[in-house]
Amino acid sequence: MTDATLAAPAAPRSPSRAWAKLRANPVALLGAALVLFFVAVAALAPVLPVPDPTATDWGAVRKAPSAAHLFGTDEIGRDVLSRMIWGAQASLLAGVVSVGIAVAIGVPLGIAAGYWGGWTDAAISRVTEALLAVPFLILAIALAAFLGPSLTNAMIAIGLSAMPIFIRLARGQTMSVMTEDYVEGARAIGLGHGAIIGRYVLPNIFPPILVQATLTIATAIIAEASLSFLGLGQQPPSPSWGSMLNVAKNFLEQAPWMALWPGIAIFLVVLGFNLLGDGLRDALDPREL
Amino acid sequence: MTDLKRISLALALAASASFAHAADLRIGLQEDPDVLDPDQSRTFVGRIVYESLCDKLVDITPDLEIIPQLATGWSWSDDGKTLTMQLREGVTFHDGTPFDAEAVKANIARSQTMDESRRKSEVKSITGVEVTGPHEVKISLANPDATLLAQFSDRAGMMVSPTAAAAAGADFGLNPVCSGPYKFVERVQQDRIVLEKFAGHWNAGEYAFDRVIFLPIPDTTVRLANLRAGDLDMLERLAATDLASAKADASLKVEQIVGLGYQGITINVANGDRSKNPLGQDARIRQALSLSIDRAALNQVVFEGAFAPGNQPFPPSSPWYDTRFPVPDRDVAKAKALLAEAGHDRLAIEVQVANNPVQMQVMQVIQSMAAEAGFDITLAAKEFATLLNEQTAGNYQASQIGWSGRTDPDGNIHQFQTCQGGINDSKYCNPEVDRLLNEARTSNDPAVRKESYDGARAILANDMPIIYLYHQSWIWALSNKIDGFVPYPDGMIRLAGVSMK
Amino acid sequence: MLGFIARRLVIAIPTIVLISIFVFALQKLLPGDPVLAMAGEERDPAVLELLREKYRLNDPIPHQYLAWIGGVLQGDLGFSLRTQQPVLDLVAEKLPVTIQLAVMAMIIAVLIGIPAGILSAVRKGSWIDWLANLFALSGLSVPNFWLGIMLILLVSVKLGWLPASGYRPLSEDPLLSLQTMIMPAFVLGTALAATLMRHTRSAMLGVLRADYIRTARAKGLRGRTVILKHALRNALVPIVTISALLFGELLAGAVLTEQIFTIPGFGKMIVDAVFNRDYAVVQGVVLCTAVAFIGMNLLADVAYRWLNPRMRDQG
Repeated sequence: MTDATLAAPAAPRSPSRAWAKLRANPVALLGAALVLFFVAVAALAPVLPVPDPTATDWGAVRKAPSAAHLFGTDEIGRDVLSRMIWGAQASLLAGVVSVGIAVAIGVPLGIAAGYWGGWTDAAISRVTEALLAVPFLILAIALAAFLGPSLTNAMIAIGLSAMPIFIRLARGQTMSVMTEDYVEGARAIGLGHGAIIGRYVLPNIFPPILVQATLTIATAIIAEASLSFLGLGQQPPSPSWGSMLNVAKNFLEQAPWMALWPGIAIFLVVLGFNLLGDGLRDALDPREL
Repeated sequence: MTDLKRISLALALAASASFAHAADLRIGLQEDPDVLDPDQSRTFVGRIVYESLCDKLVDITPDLEIIPQLATGWSWSDDGKTLTMQLREGVTFHDGTPFDAEAVKANIARSQTMDESRRKSEVKSITGVEVTGPHEVKISLANPDATLLAQFSDRAGMMVSPTAAAAAGADFGLNPVCSGPYKFVERVQQDRIVLEKFAGHWNAGEYAFDRVIFLPIPDTTVRLANLRAGDLDMLERLAATDLASAKADASLKVEQIVGLGYQGITINVANGDRSKNPLGQDARIRQALSLSIDRAALNQVVFEGAFAPGNQPFPPSSPWYDTRFPVPDRDVAKAKALLAEAGHDRLAIEVQVANNPVQMQVMQVIQSMAAEAGFDITLAAKEFATLLNEQTAGNYQASQIGWSGRTDPDGNIHQFQTCQGGINDSKYCNPEVDRLLNEARTSNDPAVRKESYDGARAILANDMPIIYLYHQSWIWALSNKIDGFVPYPDGMIRLAGVSMK
Repeated sequence: MLGFIARRLVIAIPTIVLISIFVFALQKLLPGDPVLAMAGEERDPAVLELLREKYRLNDPIPHQYLAWIGGVLQGDLGFSLRTQQPVLDLVAEKLPVTIQLAVMAMIIAVLIGIPAGILSAVRKGSWIDWLANLFALSGLSVPNFWLGIMLILLVSVKLGWLPASGYRPLSEDPLLSLQTMIMPAFVLGTALAATLMRHTRSAMLGVLRADYIRTARAKGLRGRTVILKHALRNALVPIVTISALLFGELLAGAVLTEQIFTIPGFGKMIVDAVFNRDYAVVQGVVLCTAVAFIGMNLLADVAYRWLNPRMRDQG
């Protein structure tokens, strides 16, 4: 898993400067363009002029790319291009929702651990360490098997497996913010916990969380593909890139295009998120490495 | 010579040496077998290993006739309740223990009484084994049992060394000792099982290889790639979709035969509350669903036509197949009419299916076909372990599942469609069907049995608790250096007479 | 130093206990009766019940846990329900395989990742840096299993250069062993190389800006000497740390790669066991890998303190 925790927290750069820096980074822009492209494809899937992704055609089983089917057809004669387009929805959703789950649960826990310290911190940290010690994919496989094979359950499984890294990050960031003079000052004048967290902690931990979230979306998309590849993700007839690969591996020789397109698409969208996350880190990290 | 060249030459020599072990036969299996104890074993793939490891009392021909193996002859008493078997002389187990009548007695007792035995139901009819001579046993039965010899041609008839079995108890499978042509050397889980030739086998001359190595490689594509690369000499269960490319490869040859099993859709007709729906309660709807399926097209699309479309527990090529009920053509109009007659315009049903790509593909094709006749099928993909659980518990409406098949017809139908059948998960129950299937079980006259099965078919073709779809073909791909391999409908690999050029 | 290690070991105990409870609970929550799952086609209810009794699956779950953990403390990880082999034997059987794969992958990762990281740091902002970064991120973005499939298709099926799968122990046939492992090690290694390259780059950049490097340069020391002798030595601290962590992940993380190349290591064993509901195997193996992971973490921390003189004296 890509790890942004090594970057020591420091006062963030102002948003406008960060934005300017991001815009000047061609690699990050390439990443953003890739992500935007796939988001657009996923959003426009219902209106794009492609066949029904579940419509079968017994006369066109595993046909190579042609004018009628630009990306070829699959094992029961469905249009691969159309399934790729609709599959973008599943993959992006899996990435975003699972990271949403991880952030929604992980960040509050991390802040709690870092803010209150003591037993709260010890308890949360031990659980986090225990979760981190079980390999990400194995945890996700076990959870997905427990919840039953479906896209929703895969997202929950990935979200829970990705949670520890956000707990750790939020905890570390909170702890370092807490040592700042202005926070001690705020405490001295009797500001409440909620106000301190809202006014000082959250804005300071937001940039690294954003960077980590972007990078984790990339990991989560691959994780969804991996679970689908094991039959634990999106279930047919609905398409997802990972489940398309799961089927395609049986037809590598007869229909290599079935494996080629989903693999390339996963690669591009994950690369997009990685480039974007990387660029964000450069733009938001004041140390200018 | 430069160093680099010398190294690469050395590497090349070493590589050729490591591949060339002419007297080894390397067989690619689709799964890793479970425990290697014939009395405890549960998997199809395990039986493939036993075929070389353990001799059985009797064997079958490719036409399913029972022929001698460790028993050289047998006869039934007039009332069909006593089976007298003459045993082969001069046979020893791999550990040197002699094979005799006492060994047979101990083996049957083990199958019947060991806690972990999975063979209990197969030898249930046996009430006693009497040693009537050093090489003769008299087996008494509670009632005539037409299936017994067929059971003896499979795991229930495999003879393990009584000495080793007594010493190892339930752990016998860690180091199995039988009397087959090859003996156990080692097993590395998920990697390989190695057997080596047993020189003391009674028929050792028929077995050409010094060692047989079974390698579980679950991915069909990878298995075939290994065969092509020469890392395997043969493999079982080639994917039907790889048939064309394997046939086109001059270095390979392919053998195939329609198997004994079937694939179908089991409908929950009386297994708890989830049977309380139109599909479970109204036979016309099940008939409509069956009629909406184009079995020939299904076979073509998913299996490139290599399997056999079917509508009964036995394939159309079987002597037990009832020709009065041929595989139906697709008839959407009639399916719609039946559905309308039952009071439905469209009907939503949920079918659970194992989440492997091939079964999913089958069900997606059926989903699409049935939609045209008015069925809105939702597929509930489950892991196989969960699927079985739900099916046993009755927590399903319809379930796509199959059966690997048994030599005796009884094994394909009795336990599924009799009221108390051990794996009757649809909980279908009809006293008349019970009577007919019990009758078929207790007669040793094939004509009488056929009549009973036909009688049951007439009822089941109407009630349809299982919608049969197709019969899998066993497909083996072999290096063309392998000679003498004979395909058997039970899917086993019998190595007698098999050699390498 | 010893005090530090002791303190870390004490902290690790509750973590390991938590993992054991967690792994155990997860197993019990999995749907699918293990006895039924392994029954396959032989589903005689009386026999199934007998087996449930034998494996104590009918006991209350806390009792089952205590029985299991009691065994674990005495070095008994239980038996595989599927093959009846002791789990400890299975772990011992798979360990050399997994370690061989991890070591080979690590060697590939180090050989690619560290030079690329150094180069990219030294030539910061140049097209080399840009290319190395893009390459590293690409390595991170390719799904391992897809790369594996494509390699099998190309190298084994089309070109016939390497065996598609299978495994030979190093002791039995060293050359074939390396041949069968090289593709999976490459697949794993490239992804790790990407991570390693990025950490090397940022560590090197940090060191290169440091005062003593500037001093060395000012003294007129040649570029290569400065980089290799001074900068790299200091940058090694975080690089060694991250390598240890990556190695810890490798010990269990090669799930899909092992699956695709049918390498009988930990990853494949765990996945097969989850699907077969082979409880004892999942519990035992996950516990072992988690302990190994914690061990590698500890090792990384120790190495970090040991290599970093400034931290050595602190508690």
